[in-house]
Amino acid sequence: MKKLINEPDAVVDEMLEGMVAAHPNLRRLEGTEAVVRADAPVEGKVGIVSGGGSGHEPTHAGYIGDGMLDGAAAGEVFTSPTADQLSEMIQACDGGEGVFCVVKNYEGDVMNFETAIEMAEMEADTDVGYVVVDDDVAVEDSLYTSGRRGVAGTIFVHKAAGAMAHRGADLTEIERVAEKVNDCVGTMGTALTSCVTPEKGEPTFDLGEDEIELGIGIHGEPGTERTEVMSADEITDHLAEAVLEDLELESGTEVATIVNGMGGTPLMELYVVNRRLQALLEDRGLETWNARVGDYMTSLDMMGCSITVLELDDELKELLAYPAETPGLTVTEG
Amino acid sequence: MDRATQSEAIREATAAMADRMAAEKSFLTDLDSAIGDADHGANMNRGFQAALERLEDADDDPATLVKTVGVALVSEVGGAAGPLYGGSLMKASGELEDGVTAESSVAFAERYLETVEERGKASVGDKTMVDAITPAVHTYKKAIEVDDHDPLEALGKAVDAAERGVAFTTPIRAKKGRASYLGWRSVGHQDPGATSTLYLLEELFAVAEEHLDGDVEIDAEADVDPEELEEAAADGNGGGGP
Repeated sequence: MKKLINEPDAVVDEMLEGMVAAHPNLRRLEGTEAVVRADAPVEGKVGIVSGGGSGHEPTHAGYIGDGMLDGAAAGEVFTSPTADQLSEMIQACDGGEGVFCVVKNYEGDVMNFETAIEMAEMEADTDVGYVVVDDDVAVEDSLYTSGRRGVAGTIFVHKAAGAMAHRGADLTEIERVAEKVNDCVGTMGTALTSCVTPEKGEPTFDLGEDEIELGIGIHGEPGTERTEVMSADEITDHLAEAVLEDLELESGTEVATIVNGMGGTPLMELYVVNRRLQALLEDRGLETWNARVGDYMTSLDMMGCSITVLELDDELKELLAYPAETPGLTVTEG
Repeated sequence: MDRATQSEAIREATAAMADRMAAEKSFLTDLDSAIGDADHGANMNRGFQAALERLEDADDDPATLVKTVGVALVSEVGGAAGPLYGGSLMKASGELEDGVTAESSVAFAERYLETVEERGKASVGDKTMVDAITPAVHTYKKAIEVDDHDPLEALGKAVDAAERGVAFTTPIRAKKGRASYLGWRSVGHQDPGATSTLYLLEELFAVAEEHLDGDVEIDAEADVDPEELEEAAADGNGGGGP
C-alpha cells in the first residue's frame, strides 16, 4: 500500500514538526511528542488539555488555540501517549489555576492520564480535573475498552471546556460542563473501508467490495455489525436512528450535529449524508442549531463517517458559539 | 540493614529483573500474541533496560530508587502496562520513605496491589496480573503478620502463591484487557501479565536470598535480616509486582 511517509517510526515526530511549522501559535514541548500553545501557560486561566494516539488528525493538537485546548500529547499511531509525557504537558499548561484533561474512554488513555495526573500532583502540586468521554452509542464493550468509546463527540467537550476556561471558570465549573456535554452527546460511525497504519502497511481488517462495517471506533477496529453496502440515505438513517434512540430527545429540542469524515471520505459525500441527517432530524421535530461537516476526528485513511448529535440548552449554545481559533476549528464572533 | 545496603539490594533486584525480562522476551511475546497484541515481552524488556539506566543517576534512597524504576516503566513500557507496572510502583514507593522493614514491605505490597486493581479495574479471576499478585501479597502479609515468619520465608511463600496464580489464569476466561474480547477463545491460554509478574517476584526472591545468606552468617544482627528481606520483598511486590 502506497503511503506518503518516510520511515513508519518517524511519522508522528515528523507530523508534529510539520504541524508546528504550519501554525505559529503552536509550540512543541522539547523532547516530547506534546504540543502546547506557543504562549503556554496562560496565567490566570485553567489549562484545557487532551491527548491520545495519533492518526486522528486534526485531533488532538489541531484543536489547540484560543478558546479551546492549551495542550495535547500525541502517542504513536492508535496508541496512548505515555504518562510521563502527559504529565509534562499538563504541567506546561498550568497557569496557576489548574489543568483540566479531556480523556477518551480507552483503557490505555484512561490509565495513562490517571497516572499522569498523579505525577503532576506529586511533582508540581498541580490541581488537575478530568472527564472521560464515552459518546459512542454503538457498543458497550469494544475491542479497546470496557464501556462506550470516546469518539467525535469529544470535539464538543473540547469546545465547551475551552470556552469555559477562556471565560474564567474554575476547575469545578469546567468539570460540570464537560460532564454535561458527555451526558448529552451521542455518536455512531460506519466504515466503507478499513484503514492502513504506517507500521503495518495493509488494511487492519478485511472488508469486501460490497460490505460496510457499522458501529466502528476510531482505531480501525471492526464494528458491531457487518452489512451489505447501502445507499447514503440508508446508512445515514441507520446511524442517526441509533444515536437518537440513545439520546431520547423530546420534540422541539435544539441540537448541534457533526457529520465527521473518517479521513478518506470526499467532502461531497459527507454533505450528502448531512442533507439526509438534517431532513431526518426535522422529521423528528428536532431543531438543528448548528451543523458541522468535515474531518474532525479521523481514522487515518479510512473511508466512512460518523454522526454526532448533541442536545443543547442555553448554556451549551453560548459555549459552542464562543469564539475559538485553532487549526481544526474556528468560531468567529456573531 | 542500613539504607545503603537496602539501596544496593534494590539495584541488584532491578538488574536481575532486567536480565530476566530480556531472557523471557520471546516467550512473553508468544503468550501475548495468543490473546493480546504481541508486544508484552518487548515492552517489558525495553522498560527494565530503561529503568537500569535511570538508576545509575538516582540517589541511594530506597523509596527514590523504587520510584525511579516506576517512572522508567511508565515512560518506556507504554500502553496500559506502563501505568499498571510502573504507576503502581511509583505510588507504592511512598510506603518505603522510612526505609524497608517487614512492616513497610507489607504496606508497600498492599498498596501496589490496590493500585493495580483500581487502575486496571480488575479483580481476581479476570485473567490478569491481579491473579498472580493477589495471592502473592495476601500470602506475604499473612506469613509476616499472622505466622511471624521472617521476610525471606514469607517472600518464598509469596512466590509459590504467585506461581499457582499464574497456573490459575490458563483455564479461565478473560474479563479484562484485550484478551477479554476473545471471549471463550481466551480459555486455555496463560496470561502474559501474570507470567511476567511471577518472573519479577522470582528474581526479587533470588536477590533477597543472597542478602539473607549474608545476614544469617552474621547471626548477631538479628534485626538486620528482616529489613533486608523486606526491602527485597517490597521491591519485588512493587517492581515486579502485578
